[in-house]
Amino acid sequence: MIKSNSEKREKIDWLFKQLFKFTGFATIALLGGIFLMLIYNSISFFANVSPIDFFTGSQWDPGSATSKYSIIPLLASTGLVAIGSMLIAVPLGIFTAAFLSELAPKKLQTFLKPVIEMLAAIPSVAIGFLGIVLVGPGIAKIFGIENGLNALNGSVLLAVMALPTIITISEDAINAVPKSHREASFALGANKWETMFQVTLPAALPGLIAAVLLGLGRALGETMTVLMATGNASVLPEGFLDSIRTITATIAIEMGEVPYQTTHYYALFAIAAVLFMITLLINFLGEYFANRLRKFHA
Amino acid sequence: MENMKISVNNMNLYFGKKQILKDININFKTKKVTSLIGPSGCGKSTLLRSLNRMHDLTTDAIIEGVLKLDDKDIYDKQNSIIDIRKRVGMVFQKPNPLPKSIYENLAYALNIHKFPKEKIPALIESALKESYLWDEVKDELKKPAVKLSGGQQQRLCIARTVVLRPEVILMDEPCSALDPISTNKIEKLIMSLKNDYTIIIVTHNMQQAQRISDDVAFMYMGELVEFGTADQIFKNPQKELTKNYVNGHFG
Amino acid sequence: MKKKILYIFNWILLTGSTVIVTLFLGVILFDIFSKGLSSVSWSFISKFPGNGMTTGGILPAIIGTFLLTIVTTLFAVPFGVTCAIYLNEYAKPSLLTNIIRASIRNLAGIPSIIYGLFGLALFVQSLRMGTSVLSAGLTLGLLSLPYIITTTEEALKRIPNSMREATLALGATQFETIRDVVLPKSLPGILTGVILTLSRAAGETAPILFTGVAFYINTLTASLNQEFMALPYHLYMLSTQHNSIETVRPLAYGTSVVLILLVFTMNIVAFYIRFKHRTQE
Repeated sequence: MIKSNSEKREKIDWLFKQLFKFTGFATIALLGGIFLMLIYNSISFFANVSPIDFFTGSQWDPGSATSKYSIIPLLASTGLVAIGSMLIAVPLGIFTAAFLSELAPKKLQTFLKPVIEMLAAIPSVAIGFLGIVLVGPGIAKIFGIENGLNALNGSVLLAVMALPTIITISEDAINAVPKSHREASFALGANKWETMFQVTLPAALPGLIAAVLLGLGRALGETMTVLMATGNASVLPEGFLDSIRTITATIAIEMGEVPYQTTHYYALFAIAAVLFMITLLINFLGEYFANRLRKFHA
Repeated sequence: MENMKISVNNMNLYFGKKQILKDININFKTKKVTSLIGPSGCGKSTLLRSLNRMHDLTTDAIIEGVLKLDDKDIYDKQNSIIDIRKRVGMVFQKPNPLPKSIYENLAYALNIHKFPKEKIPALIESALKESYLWDEVKDELKKPAVKLSGGQQQRLCIARTVVLRPEVILMDEPCSALDPISTNKIEKLIMSLKNDYTIIIVTHNMQQAQRISDDVAFMYMGELVEFGTADQIFKNPQKELTKNYVNGHFG
Repeated sequence: MKKKILYIFNWILLTGSTVIVTLFLGVILFDIFSKGLSSVSWSFISKFPGNGMTTGGILPAIIGTFLLTIVTTLFAVPFGVTCAIYLNEYAKPSLLTNIIRASIRNLAGIPSIIYGLFGLALFVQSLRMGTSVLSAGLTLGLLSLPYIITTTEEALKRIPNSMREATLALGATQFETIRDVVLPKSLPGILTGVILTLSRAAGETAPILFTGVAFYINTLTASLNQEFMALPYHLYMLSTQHNSIETVRPLAYGTSVVLILLVFTMNIVAFYIRFKHRTQE
């Protein structure tokens, strides 16, 4: 009687183990499918268009009779707007993180943490909307140009979106520096500022690099903000006041209109594959630096 | 051999490539208290945990040799791990009550092992009485178990094991997290439980081992150095190593 | 003296940065709420758009976002939690599991539009679900999976092993231990992660662009195989695609207010659960 009960329970245990295992692997396989899908469709693209043209040309013009598929202007746009956003977000983010962990009293911290979390929660489409109605017109006024929907606008907005990531990870990195480092520095007669800039921040460097990389990954992959706020001109940009069109925006604009399984269709998967590789590389690098910090101070 | 509850023959235990237990041979007598003593890292807890297969979830644990509960092979795949653990209960170093009420802590095992519903309240009451906890908690059985004091929690964990009427109770330093008064209560409890159960206990406390044990096993660096009655081990040890350890000359 | 100036400069640098970051949030919220709150009324959230969407409300977009989130939840939560349980409770720690874990973490950083492409290729086209609530919800579900898996695993990791040993030593099976101890104890942590993830998914636009979202639907979507309206897309459309953009600006502001309030409410609920759970421990 009791024996049959144990047998039944062990059978149920076994069944659930298989279920968890199967579902686990199915989920992992599904996520792995993203990678395979990009590769598969990219191969179809490169069967029609030479990779050399793709990576060296200067025009993305898929609509015309003499279609041109060069990722270069899109890549340049993506890079320009992302780097611009980092120029704004990195100093702001790291200084804010330093303020939070080294300077701010407890009460102020409990106020500022939710501020950063709220900033992270705002949907990208709302930020893009502000780019159109607020930041863009502001930029147009300041620089005396007609249209503020340009790379600079995108950079400002992406900076706002990357800031929470950069601040949170930087703060963790600074907090991870052992107290003893700081105390040793104080004991040698260094004051608060010397300790911060010469001891604490350098010790947290791998974590700060990780923060910047993960913020950059976020900026590179953002779609709606740049789609709405940067003007969408798919020519090689020359400066921050030019309209640009990133990889993500290109996919968003063109995917809705291309016929299924045409070269143009595959081309969009190919540029997505490039973006995927770039963000994956940046994320892995970020994780590598974050781990280094952890090991260093373990 | 009649009065042997658990026998361990030629047992080796490895975690990955590291050998933790070396050629252990030991017999635990029915309804006696056996203490496992020895310096930290000597393998006494590892030995204890292998007696109810707690290493099953440690993926790189390899166990060689024969461990028997009466005449049943503990590690035979034919024998249900559920039944082994029902017969061989365990109390841990830190009290670990379930995040449920006092009553549910005891009812849990009875329910999963499908004890008849109508018998459960009586079983719980008698287990709490046996564990000297009944008078302290009888009016607040619905209270979350985590609200009890450390010593009460540990007695609850013993009651939770006793309620299943196991044959063997394993205790892994059950008093190391407790104050002297609670420790005293648990020692008394162990002495009374020995009338019904075989008890195997790991302890660091020499006085405690001396007070409560019938048999004592001294282990060192994964080997069983000496095994005998408590009197033998503490008053007349045969090996130099044992003598040094029980007299506190160990460094 | 020179040193003192330098210190003041440093102080200004750090404090100023923080003030600027705080101002960003302040400006965003002030602009949207000051110009948008007046558009929000009962009729705004309970009426259909009218007159080529220059008047009326956003009811179908609210319903659409709601339905979409339900599909996302039904797909991502069971699969994500199961996958996390497998990884944390069953999978043997090995190089392979570590690689899988790292990959899942990194998938959380993949641009959301790429999930949109995958949803288009897999659900809309290969599995012939068409552009629909179902396709879009599953796509957002995929996007949510890495977050749910990671946060659930973190919640499971916080359960000490002594908790699992307690029931195992009583003769409970591993499944019983997970069902009776591990899951109930980690539930608040899992819930916090799930709600935060869903709030993110509800605000996403890029993944639903080609998987089922529509400009305008004149019925309340009740069927899973139909196209739908969604709040974030409605805002995008009103602010860039409409042919009389200036006229619909108040509607766009109103939609922003509703969208942000929705997302913030979900966040606050999640933080409340986390806070309550932490103080209980």
